[in-house]
Amino acid sequence: MDYRICSLTGFKIHKTAEDLVKWNMVTAILFLTLGGFMGLLMALTRWPSVHYLDATHYYRFLTLHGFNALLLWILFFEIGLVYFTSAILLNTRVVAPFVGWIAYALMLVGAMFVNIVVFAGKADVLFTSYVPLKANGVYYLGIIIFAVGALTAFGHFFANIIQAKRDGAYKNTLPLGTFGLAAASIIGVFTLAHGAVIMIPVFFWSIDLIKYIDPGTYRLIFWALGHASQQINVCAMVAMWYMSAAFVLGANPVNEKLSRTAFVLYILFINIASEHHLLVDPIFSTWHKVVNTGYMMHLAVLASMIHAFAIPASMEVALRKKGYTKGLFDWLKNAPWGNPAFSATFLSIIGFGFLGGITGVIFGTEQFNIIRHNTFAITGHFHATVVSGTTVAFMGGTYLLIPYIFRREIILPRLAAFQPYLYAIGVAVMLIGMIAAGSYGVPRRHWDITFSSAIFPFSFDPSTDIFLSIMGVGGLLAVLGGVIFIIVSLGSIMFGRRTE
Amino acid sequence: MAIKEPERIWWKPYTRDERLWVAMALLWMMVSFVFMPVYHFIGAQNPPNETYRVGDKEKFRALVDGMVNKYKVGEEKGFPIVKPEPGSDVFVQASMWQWYPILELQQGKTYRIHLSSMDITHGFSIQPINMNFTVLPGYDYVVTLTPTTAGDYYIICNEYCGLGHHLMVGKMIVKQGGN
Repeated sequence: MDYRICSLTGFKIHKTAEDLVKWNMVTAILFLTLGGFMGLLMALTRWPSVHYLDATHYYRFLTLHGFNALLLWILFFEIGLVYFTSAILLNTRVVAPFVGWIAYALMLVGAMFVNIVVFAGKADVLFTSYVPLKANGVYYLGIIIFAVGALTAFGHFFANIIQAKRDGAYKNTLPLGTFGLAAASIIGVFTLAHGAVIMIPVFFWSIDLIKYIDPGTYRLIFWALGHASQQINVCAMVAMWYMSAAFVLGANPVNEKLSRTAFVLYILFINIASEHHLLVDPIFSTWHKVVNTGYMMHLAVLASMIHAFAIPASMEVALRKKGYTKGLFDWLKNAPWGNPAFSATFLSIIGFGFLGGITGVIFGTEQFNIIRHNTFAITGHFHATVVSGTTVAFMGGTYLLIPYIFRREIILPRLAAFQPYLYAIGVAVMLIGMIAAGSYGVPRRHWDITFSSAIFPFSFDPSTDIFLSIMGVGGLLAVLGGVIFIIVSLGSIMFGRRTE
Repeated sequence: MAIKEPERIWWKPYTRDERLWVAMALLWMMVSFVFMPVYHFIGAQNPPNETYRVGDKEKFRALVDGMVNKYKVGEEKGFPIVKPEPGSDVFVQASMWQWYPILELQQGKTYRIHLSSMDITHGFSIQPINMNFTVLPGYDYVVTLTPTTAGDYYIICNEYCGLGHHLMVGKMIVKQGGN
């Protein structure tokens, strides 16, 4: 076995585990670049005074934006975390290196299939591909291949932790970071199983082997994939929060029992709660909707509330131990705000909780959903969760892991220190503009909300123009922050000074 | 630490702060949970749940056409304006890329509006009051609606339905009651 001892952390690092983390992370960053560029085009098109793309390219690139930024960037990064937590954190090995590489290759091939077929203009169906809107079969095939790869990688996680136990890498229980990724992997398995249940028949339907797919059923099962997979992101993001707090501050979880219970709540309740996408769909009874989205979703939200308490508390304890004990907030004032791994974590907690979580609970309420369903406010909500939450946390994770895994120093440290703030503030401004415009009824996924060539003239309240411009400005700031991130992260990986 | 295995005994009792926080969060959640069903009894605006399967789209189309023939009172830009009797069943058909027909409703009267799609998924979005419902092919969604304010309303589509998505605008007129 090929191991090295990390001079910064003392971890015993398996070469293959390290390589798998590296390849998955770099691939993730490349897809973020592509998805982010598509995001720029989206912002420029929805900004009324710019209105950059034509309708065809707007919908085409919107499909690509969702696929690359939401699925590929985040999932590749998470698979990197799978190997990081199941091998490196446990000072042990990846059980089956070739399986890791096969999973990586499948994910990459699936990702390329989808990108190519959408670029070619054969699958302008948007991320949700609601049937009977039909794409070329290659699109569904690409998603299936990608999902098989991701499923293989999540399966690998379990193989790793079982083998690690046999090897005596841990005696009783997993470290909390690994535990969080275990929750993510469990959710990953049942999420991707839903994906298979719906995408395989849809693939056969697209090549005319199956005659009919019920659109209501498709929406139900699609969201068991589409929303539950966001809970993979939440688990991985929260685990990243705990790990960043531990690496940067040496923070201990205040109460392991509480934090672990919260992860279990995610596993138990989030899948059923996916039904909040169907609150104004003609499928289920009121009581069905109330029980699933009300009761079940709130128990998953409770889990987030627990983490929102536990992580800042652990940071406070750690900083107070360092001697910042004056008054109530001395510890906060003296936190390492110049360290992007820390500041990104902190900004992610704020953005996810205050912007994403609260809007999520409101929009997931049955009656409120009538006035928000499919408006731009929904777009605002999920940019708060997956961009200002997950993406910012993973940017922090990248800064954290570059010295440990790539053994390079961060280049342009001052720019790196500034980047999380620029990005998080830009995203926050953008999504607040979206939510404000959406509250006036401006729809999401819409090329021309002035309806200039529609048969009946309708125009929104003029103030929506201002909100959409705010969105545009925020989007540009976020893109600038994203460009800096890509330059700093890829630059450090390629040209950073070696740490050992 | 979150990156190290915890000590042998990690399942310690919750402290007072933790209990308080979790209790507060649970309480807040219970309030919003209880309010969802309660609002169905005390509130005026709740998501409808009456729905039927449409076996044959042509049958739904026939219902729309029957209503148009019976209640047509005018025409605007080639779309019939239909003034159905209050309390009656009203049929609105979505297709790429139009809402058919134009409805003329009376303020304060209740209608049962049936929504169904002839092709793919559409979003029935009444503007500028901003109420949104999903319209699926093969399903009939019955929205029981009582317009409270007179005026012209527009139905936009808020579920992506192909290249003409942004052209899909329909109309609904609400007239003051009595005549």
